[in-house]
Amino acid sequence: MADQEKPSPAAPAAPKPPWEEKPVPPVARDAKELPLVRALADAVTGAVVEAVELAGQVSVVVPVDRLVEVCRACKDKLDFTFLVDLTAVDWKDRAEGRFDVVYWLHRFTDSCRLRLKVRLGDGIELPSVTSVWKTANWMEREVFDMFGVYFGGHPNLERILTWEGFNGHPLRKDFPIEGIDTGAAIYPDVYPPGGGPVKGGEGVE
Amino acid sequence: MSDVHTFVDSEEMEVSFGPQHPATHGVLRVMVKLDGERIIETKPIIGYLHRGTEKLFERETYNGCIPHTDRMDYTAAATANQGLVGAVEKLMGITIPPRAAYIRMILAELQRLSSHIIWFATHVLDIGAQTPFFYTFEEREKILDLYEEYCGARLTLNCMRAGGLPYDLPAGWSERCRAFVDQLPGKIADWERLITNNRIWKLRTIGIGVISAADAIDWGLTGPPLRGSGVKWDIRKVFPYDRYDEVDFDVPIGANGDTYDRYLVRMEEMRQSIGIIRQCLDRLPDGPVMAKVPKVIKPPKGEVYFSVEAPKGELGYYVVSDGTDKPYRLRVRPACFINLQALPELVRGLLVADLIAVIGTLDIVLGEIDR
Repeated sequence: MADQEKPSPAAPAAPKPPWEEKPVPPVARDAKELPLVRALADAVTGAVVEAVELAGQVSVVVPVDRLVEVCRACKDKLDFTFLVDLTAVDWKDRAEGRFDVVYWLHRFTDSCRLRLKVRLGDGIELPSVTSVWKTANWMEREVFDMFGVYFGGHPNLERILTWEGFNGHPLRKDFPIEGIDTGAAIYPDVYPPGGGPVKGGEGVE
Repeated sequence: MSDVHTFVDSEEMEVSFGPQHPATHGVLRVMVKLDGERIIETKPIIGYLHRGTEKLFERETYNGCIPHTDRMDYTAAATANQGLVGAVEKLMGITIPPRAAYIRMILAELQRLSSHIIWFATHVLDIGAQTPFFYTFEEREKILDLYEEYCGARLTLNCMRAGGLPYDLPAGWSERCRAFVDQLPGKIADWERLITNNRIWKLRTIGIGVISAADAIDWGLTGPPLRGSGVKWDIRKVFPYDRYDEVDFDVPIGANGDTYDRYLVRMEEMRQSIGIIRQCLDRLPDGPVMAKVPKVIKPPKGEVYFSVEAPKGELGYYVVSDGTDKPYRLRVRPACFINLQALPELVRGLLVADLIAVIGTLDIVLGEIDR
């Protein structure tokens, strides 16, 4: 074994193919100077708070109060006609706000994608972008259902995957992974709003 | 009270269609407001199959998430696996060996065939043509046999890992796969002979569930429903993953955006998939099927979105890693969920029977919608 591992000095070892090397993860870098982010900053002044590029994907943090304006500009001026995805991430104890709401846009002309993010505190209403992209309707309902983020101006902000009266928002980090007793809505005194069974309730020791 | 009056005075009535109805392809419930036979408004109600998959992801290791993806779109597990492992590989900077990439493409295209076969069989069955069901399921059975031979499972495949594949192909598998794809075009031609020019089929599908290209984009449709409206857009072409940039295939599109065009698009996609499988089998390189990856998959901090062209549309995974061996957040961008959203738009003003046709043409799987 030891002989094999020692490269002979006469013949330098051929470079190994990438799948035999240790993987090299992509590195995040500042993207404020990229043409795409520049174009967005020009279209709406003050739209870009922070811009990062990782693995070829650009994320831009935008201010909460300018969100609809920025989305409108992305669609009308920068031609991002397609909203691919809308979701949220819960950073429970983060100082800048608990949630990241993430918008993932697509432009057909040059197949370019852009991620917009807003940082949002718990209980703060976020303006809905259903007026910009119709497809945001169900996606926002899902984020509301799963995270309890309220979208102001949404035409029909109801729960979508869980049922009406379900107590709690499952994808919040403080929601127990084993679930809650779903008698919640019927017995609010035993199951307080906000999720989680109380001690002494049915099914809890 | 005003609601009650409109109900009594006019012919309007509200019907709950599903959730236990075979034509809803699962547990979809649609509240349909009717004026006689004509649909005034529909409201899809979903969530009956919600299992909290995204929550479960957060307690699994990255490779442990793969079996959960099988159970989302249970008719297309291989493409769901492919999306997840692709996302993890992108975040970790893993390059997979060419043999693994080619085998992945074969598995994914077989899955597209089997998923389209189910769509075809059930869609025409819903509309009243019973015969194709029996012919098509025989072919699907052969695909499932190939899967069984490869990984032991027929539906919930769990057949890919971050960095490559868990197993190499068994001896003789490629020959059997080739024999299968060689006889399939003749079978597809048989099915098409039954349906494509069938007068009843045409009456039931042409001009039904029409959506324009601009509307399709606004509603976020992807996959065959988007291509049926004439938008030439396929993730395999736009953001090639694995080795799709090395194989030659066409992206079929429709012209009118109706149910009939979406039917034609999917039938042509099946032939293109056969072409891709043949090319992959021809070029299948030798070598390892697994890259050199750490035993514990621990992507660095960061976030990445990766999507594949699943049979139903764009299936995306948005991975947020906090540097541990479990995903901090793993969001699935479900193709069916977003395609289904356009249902009220597609059926407004049509007849109840057309609702069945439109649900069929959207090719939804409730496992992926509800997750």
